[in-house]
Amino acid sequence: MRVIIIGAGEVGSSIASSLADSHEVVVVDVDGERVDALTYSEDVLAIQGDGTSIATLREAGIDDADMIIASTDEDETNLVACGTAKTVDDPFTIARVKNVDYLETWQHAEDQRAFGVDFMVCSNLLTAQDIVRVIGLPAARDVDPFAGGAVQMAEFEVGDESPVADQTVSEADRFDSLTFAALLRNGDVEIPRGNTRIRAGDRVVVIGSPGSVQEFARELAPNQTPSNNEDLVIIGGSEIGYHTARLLEERGLHPRLIEQDHDRARELAEELPNTVVMENDATDAEFLAREHVDEADAVVAALESDEKNLLVSVLAKQLGAHRTVAIVETTEYVSLFETVGVDVGVNPREVTAEEITRFTRELHTENVALIENDKAEVLEVEVDGDSALVGRPIREAVADMPEGFVVGAITRNEEFVVPRGDTVIQTGDHVVVFVEGDVLEEVTSQL
Amino acid sequence: MAQSMLNLRVDWRASCSLVGTVVKWLAVAMVFPLVLAIFYGDGVTTFLASMALAVAVGWSLEQLDDDPDLGAREGFLMVALTWLGVSIIGAAPYVIAGEGTVAHPVNALFETMSGFTTTGATVMANIGFEDHSRALMMWRQQTQWLGGMGIVVLAVAILPELSVGGAQLMDAEAPGPGIQKLTPRIAETARALWKAYLGITALEMGLLFSLHLVGLAPNMTLYQSVAHGFTTMATGGFSPAARSIEAFSAAVQWLIIPFMVAAGTNFALFWHALNGELEVFGEDHEFRFYVGVLAVFSGLLALLLFVGGTAESAVVGPVAGNLEKAARHAVFQVASLVTTTGYASMDFNTWGTPAQYVLFMALFIGGSAGSTGGAVKIVRWLVILKSLKRELFTTVHPEAVRPVRLGGRSLDERAVRGIYAFTLLYFVIFFVAGLLVYLDAARTGTSIVALDAMSAVAATLGNVGPGFGMVGPMNNYLPFPWTSKLFMVFLMWIGRLEILPVLVLLTPAYWQS
Repeated sequence: MRVIIIGAGEVGSSIASSLADSHEVVVVDVDGERVDALTYSEDVLAIQGDGTSIATLREAGIDDADMIIASTDEDETNLVACGTAKTVDDPFTIARVKNVDYLETWQHAEDQRAFGVDFMVCSNLLTAQDIVRVIGLPAARDVDPFAGGAVQMAEFEVGDESPVADQTVSEADRFDSLTFAALLRNGDVEIPRGNTRIRAGDRVVVIGSPGSVQEFARELAPNQTPSNNEDLVIIGGSEIGYHTARLLEERGLHPRLIEQDHDRARELAEELPNTVVMENDATDAEFLAREHVDEADAVVAALESDEKNLLVSVLAKQLGAHRTVAIVETTEYVSLFETVGVDVGVNPREVTAEEITRFTRELHTENVALIENDKAEVLEVEVDGDSALVGRPIREAVADMPEGFVVGAITRNEEFVVPRGDTVIQTGDHVVVFVEGDVLEEVTSQL
Repeated sequence: MAQSMLNLRVDWRASCSLVGTVVKWLAVAMVFPLVLAIFYGDGVTTFLASMALAVAVGWSLEQLDDDPDLGAREGFLMVALTWLGVSIIGAAPYVIAGEGTVAHPVNALFETMSGFTTTGATVMANIGFEDHSRALMMWRQQTQWLGGMGIVVLAVAILPELSVGGAQLMDAEAPGPGIQKLTPRIAETARALWKAYLGITALEMGLLFSLHLVGLAPNMTLYQSVAHGFTTMATGGFSPAARSIEAFSAAVQWLIIPFMVAAGTNFALFWHALNGELEVFGEDHEFRFYVGVLAVFSGLLALLLFVGGTAESAVVGPVAGNLEKAARHAVFQVASLVTTTGYASMDFNTWGTPAQYVLFMALFIGGSAGSTGGAVKIVRWLVILKSLKRELFTTVHPEAVRPVRLGGRSLDERAVRGIYAFTLLYFVIFFVAGLLVYLDAARTGTSIVALDAMSAVAATLGNVGPGFGMVGPMNNYLPFPWTSKLFMVFLMWIGRLEILPVLVLLTPAYWQS
């Protein structure tokens, strides 16, 4: 496959290096020095030029390209590059953006082709999701968002100490908007029934609203999952800081957020009803002590500079905070951060590059999560009038489908709908389903 | 003097000219009582003369400026003077008819201002058809209906010359902080509000008369149904019956309760509901708080009435121990006073002190923003409670940034400050006015107690109507000296316009650059 990557920064270079082995990769960048550097370090074709210009794209071989990945630091450049590519030919386009508004616009478009982009990756949102997974669901082995974040799939391992070990599924399922999709036992996938007993060592796959997944995690691994009164502090009201707080709120948690700028603090306080926003300098140790940040269960450093993030993380840790997570913009600093005592360093570029690479490898146009190396998949489908699911109760529809198929969640007009036996799926609903690998083709043809 | 005239920065001619237009149209509003006068053969000349007067005065005022152009300042002046203007001209039928106590010019002005501002305080010594013609009594009812949704809102809806700047005018007049534009064009918004108002009024009239037809309400004739429809939806409180709603059956009282509650609801919600968005009622925080307040006050009062027990409650005899009666009178009276309607289902002057206390507090609550109710208004209390809660939190966490939220919306800090300022001003005016009324009574040797003065002021400033003691629901404001009555006309006027639009006219800064 011929892949054109626009932007040879950290994200572009990282993707180029991952794809170079198995694909023909062309990298375009305006910066001649970067282009030269890349030519020697990776086995790719590097071209100097503007990725938004048709001439440069032709030079890069747009007519033969299967895929364009626009990964510069500029959102608008990436969107224009994808749009330009679509006017010449029809390669699969991937755009990296920071601004979540662009992602929302793109997700909102009926055919999901806004801006000529086929797949969009939002680095600010991805980073926030990563942080929330680390501090909000530490017990989860895997967490994937669906339907624009309204639905979540999570995989948990059941430990010996877990309260749900030796309970049946119906005993463990006390949550309104949660579906037990599968139990993974000794490498086998099992679709659970109400009387199926959960054993220590099993892995459970659940699909539901973020809040109910959080509640389930608390039930399953109370010692590792933050509870409602657990103290989570976010320092810095950057876009990532904001989305981290927002996602934590969605899970029913009440974080605190510290922001120094008066207007930004007010703006955040208006946007985040369940977050206590405080206006102060987060490096003010006296203030941190007064607000008991020393007793915080987790502190996220989301300020605009690496130096400040390092400083506040170390300060919080020294005061006595339990865990610290810091955003590290410079990739090389990640290990440094972790050496001096920061528990987790999250690099937005790395997160973005990983996501794009993962997606490219799987090359699915639908939103998909893989379970146990292809033994099963969780997919999101927008159902149309022809689907076998439409227009009758789920109980009847599922009876006609092969074994190994579970309807995990439904969203209608971006609202979560709990799938129960008598729920009727309508045209236009987004359905998140769990499908075992061996019936995958049969099922997808009917959806 | 010449210097100060030069500095005058308000185009008062433009304002007065538009007031003239509204006054002229008041003649059209008198067509309905005129028709009744012809039908009943009583008072025809009264209304013909009044209509001629309205047209003459209105036309003269219009000549002040043949192409009026309204700015923000002219808007305040126009709104304030409109209410004064229609009250003066609207008083003409009482004076011309020359029947009973309202024939006196001061009393007539009091009665008309009380009508248009939907206060419902009366100076009629004898309410009923013995002393007054049916046409005049209906005019009294109709002034409330016209004032309910707002004369200026009506003017914006039908007068094309007000389409520009109409939002400002409605803002200056509409009860509650800020107006919601329901449609892009302000005249259309005004029409939408009036249509909802008209529709619900017609529904109530129809239902009241249906009760009469099926025999559940012997006294609720067609005339009475129309009359009470006019004054329920306006949260007015006038009734052509001397005993107010006590004169009607229990079925009528139960039916009027939901309509009073609806009258105290933000009319924008009805507009949304008519567009099929019924969920707005559940989602609107002000509405939920409003219903909660009504429920708590009614529950408390019903309990007090049911238990009865004190020596004073001897008169309450038939209510104490009777669940239906205790519930009915409690819910009715709470809805009536909270929404500032001012109807009475019985003379609550006879109730025990604790029950009267509950009702006295209700005088200050008021309806929702965008309703026809007066007083402080539910939304302001809600914001005050929420910001006090925030104050407690920020005392412990001085760095915390907490916007005051109303539903999903956070309020601007200036709006919160404005609400504090209004409420404080309201109570300052209440106390000072109470003192003035008390002193004025002492000056003229009228015998009143402090509570009478207080409740008279609360009832007029809040546009409620009846108070306690000598201004109780079965009594009237007649005994006050004429100076106090004029002062209460002023209180009703500023109360209806939410104080600030009128007070701003009294500042030098308004008149100069």
